Amino acid sequence: MTKKILIVGGGLAGTIIANGLCRQLGKELRANEVTITVIGNTDQHLYQPGLLYVPFGRIREKDLFRDQRSVLDRRIIFHVDPATKIDINTKSVATESGTTFEYDYLVIATGSRLRPDTIPGMTEGAHWFYDLEGARKMRDALESFDGGKIVVNVNAPHKCPVAPLEITFMLRDYLKGRGLWDKTEITYTYPIGRLHALEPVANWTQPEFDKDGIKYETFFNTKSIDPEKKVIFSEEESELEYDLLVTIPPHHGAQVISDSDLGAGGWVATDRESLLHDGTDNVFVCGDTTNIPISKAGSTAHYQADTIIDNIASLIAEGRMAAKYDGKVFCFVETGMDKGTYVWFNYTTPPNPGPPSQMMHWFKLAYNRLYWLSARGLL
Amino acid sequence: MTQRTLIDARGAYCPGPLMELIANLKLIEIGEEIEVLSTDKGSAMDIPAWVDKVKHETVSIEREGDVWHIIVRKKK
Repeated sequence: MTKKILIVGGGLAGTIIANGLCRQLGKELRANEVTITVIGNTDQHLYQPGLLYVPFGRIREKDLFRDQRSVLDRRIIFHVDPATKIDINTKSVATESGTTFEYDYLVIATGSRLRPDTIPGMTEGAHWFYDLEGARKMRDALESFDGGKIVVNVNAPHKCPVAPLEITFMLRDYLKGRGLWDKTEITYTYPIGRLHALEPVANWTQPEFDKDGIKYETFFNTKSIDPEKKVIFSEEESELEYDLLVTIPPHHGAQVISDSDLGAGGWVATDRESLLHDGTDNVFVCGDTTNIPISKAGSTAHYQADTIIDNIASLIAEGRMAAKYDGKVFCFVETGMDKGTYVWFNYTTPPNPGPPSQMMHWFKLAYNRLYWLSARGLL
Repeated sequence: MTQRTLIDARGAYCPGPLMELIANLKLIEIGEEIEVLSTDKGSAMDIPAWVDKVKHETVSIEREGDVWHIIVRKKK
């Protein structure tokens, strides 16, 4: 009987898994013993890290997208048909078109989304670059900015842990380039008692901020924003005035996860090594939507995907699990317009970033192109 | 019985136990609790300090070997 593999989500995680399974299950696909289906929300695959460059006009929008069909192996059945209900009891997924997809193995890779609406005043008062529309608006706001107070405000939880620092350094370089640095004051806020979740990154960042006169306020969790008076208030009872507010909004998982009662906030209970949804032996979870206490990052999704590919292929071929995810995360850090570094860690190895260099910056720029090889399972 | 969410943040470097607590507090109701497991000594101090600052309640902190068990109750 044909085994049906169903992947909900056509972002990086879902795409890598689908392509990787094609490579491992070629024989089974040819013999029609297996089908691989991806259902996604859009026919366009977005390279999310590229959004960082949009507010500064440093990337062409067309370079952010590829046709999702072209990124997926031709043997994959692909539908642009958003999932509306995932039912792990009946092993089926209902979609917007009214279709019901049944599965033998399910991968939930539905990602995360911005929820500025969960903080009063944020949608009206703040800018962000975590989606294309927001990044364009931020670009417009920056173009008409002629000096004043900028607040870069970080909220938990969010994906891409490094992006808030990257945007701050890029704002610095952008404003210096426009001759506005002397007329601008940046204040960076962070939810916990240091400048970044990763202690070595925070320790590296603080003297960099001090050197440039970038102010910061830690233990700042946004309570509300007054878009008229341009003030942001924290749960910790502090407040900051701003002329331009750049926020990293709090995130939730996809609506379908909440609607399917698979996890509060859209975060699915997931075993940190097997990546199985708790209590199941055929539902894997990958990327942002897990509830694992780990970075929500592309590299996390990529390394988790490798584990899931091995496990599903092994379950089909040999009826057993084969691999465990070791918690690996690897992130580039752009430290300005022309320098970068990287940091990696796993469940047992703490992070230790290297000094920034132009070479790492160029490697990051190269990765902006190489990403598409990763998505296709070639890198 | 009080609803309690478990966050197993042992070996979690990023975003780390306190950020995970902050994120999960937003998802529970007032009166419900979160238990954080952490192997990070700094978090064992930061968590109760922050909880006190924002006026939630640290119900208990216990250490078993390398692991801290910190229970927090949402108060507002």
